[in-house]
Amino acid sequence: MSAVTPARSIRLLAGTQSGRRLDLAGHLATHGPLDLPEPGRADGSWVEDLLRQIDLAGLTGRGGGGFPTAIKLGGATQVRARQTVVVDLMEGEPAAQKDSVLAAYAPHLIVDGAEVLAVALGAAEVKIAVASDNPAAVRSIEEALAERAPRGRRGPQVTLVTPPGRYVAGEESALVAWLDGEEARPSYRPHKPATLTIGRRQAYVENAETTAAIALIARHGGTSVAAQARGGRGGTALVSISGGVSQPGVQEVEVGTPLGEIVALAAPVGAPTGILLGGYGGTFVGPEALTAPWSADGLRPLGGAPGAGVIVVLGPESCGVAEMARIVGWMARESAGQCGPCVFGLPALAEDLALVAAGRNKGHIDVRLHGHLDAIAGRGACAHPDGVVRMVRTGLSVFRKDVAAHLEGRRCACATAPSVLALPDNSGVLTWR
Amino acid sequence: MAVTHELQLNPVACDGYGHCAEIAPELFSLDEWGYPILRSSSVPPALVPIAQLAVKQCPRRALRMVTPVDVPSRRR
Repeated sequence: MSAVTPARSIRLLAGTQSGRRLDLAGHLATHGPLDLPEPGRADGSWVEDLLRQIDLAGLTGRGGGGFPTAIKLGGATQVRARQTVVVDLMEGEPAAQKDSVLAAYAPHLIVDGAEVLAVALGAAEVKIAVASDNPAAVRSIEEALAERAPRGRRGPQVTLVTPPGRYVAGEESALVAWLDGEEARPSYRPHKPATLTIGRRQAYVENAETTAAIALIARHGGTSVAAQARGGRGGTALVSISGGVSQPGVQEVEVGTPLGEIVALAAPVGAPTGILLGGYGGTFVGPEALTAPWSADGLRPLGGAPGAGVIVVLGPESCGVAEMARIVGWMARESAGQCGPCVFGLPALAEDLALVAAGRNKGHIDVRLHGHLDAIAGRGACAHPDGVVRMVRTGLSVFRKDVAAHLEGRRCACATAPSVLALPDNSGVLTWR
Repeated sequence: MAVTHELQLNPVACDGYGHCAEIAPELFSLDEWGYPILRSSSVPPALVPIAQLAVKQCPRRALRMVTPVDVPSRRR
């Protein structure tokens, strides 16, 4: 994992150049102190000002949703029930590492942001959830909490929790279910946003990077953070770049930076033929997208979104069809096993794609493939199957020439090329506890 | 007061018994794995009794009928 950031202070990874983890002293030297009211002592004007600053910053959720944080937090400040803040650092997406890098290098910024949220919501408790199979992030957060302990009993009680590292375990209803003593599986919520509870407290779940950005906003104000972006909204964002690149890793980029400029930071191997944005349940875009700005507005015309900051580059050496087949197979094994169309549909889809990739077009495989996509779409309790459908539909469009060649039995020369994707082994018995 | 009936299918609870599609093929089709697909979430008034029967007969209690009140009728 590499972390690169320009040397400016209003940045998430400021001071972490040359791979330095910021301990508490380093963190305070880099970012300065953060003065917060005591929990339960924050008056309405402090909360209002915080919400105004977050709005000025143009901050949107960095866990994938992209929802305006000021609106989400503003809604939660109106809740009368007692709340618990949950920082989501699960990052189950294999192509994503940005929250893990942030936790490894700048853990105190995350904890700061969590404390800001707790004060704003009058929450006595904060739970930072890091996947149990992410030892580097677990250790760094653990150390950060230990370093802060001597500061006394002031402030909310912040604890580290380690749910199982499954793809869907970071989905907020799955995460909150685990925190409430259940298995880490998503729940059916016909009316979103539904209230999620841990015991008798309502859960407020925020992504780790979003939380850290709130810590920057609380220190420097929304305008200064927004000014870090090209286009003046959103500040900087973390992206994880992988795939057909010679320098994969996490970069901190100014929101609004053209996608091509970001991809170039990772030194792609050959000209990109397709780029997967958002994650394995994201959107494939073609090379024409390289001029688009990295922002919700910039990527929307292409059907994409910054999502959780994932950029997977496929180059001329890769077969888009074969890679899609691998992704769907992996995603099928990450199903929580709850909804029929996901349990049966994803393996069927993976099989269709594998046949196309192998150039074995027996019995109108393309018709079957599209039939399966239609049969899966919109029928899961969570977005897992829909994400797979979106990835495949956009991929079939971006790689349509390759797909046509495969359907005619002409396997592209690269069908046997090794995968450039991060696909951790998930073939064994996996736990949800 | 105009009332629309809406069916909700909980995919987590559903185990694909398929009773609903047998009772009310007008409202449900089955996919190739035997899981029901709602043809439309809103239930035409004439099919409300059969929809209620499908809800009642589901062994997994995966179906629910809700009756959101039409917006104009809110004025009362």
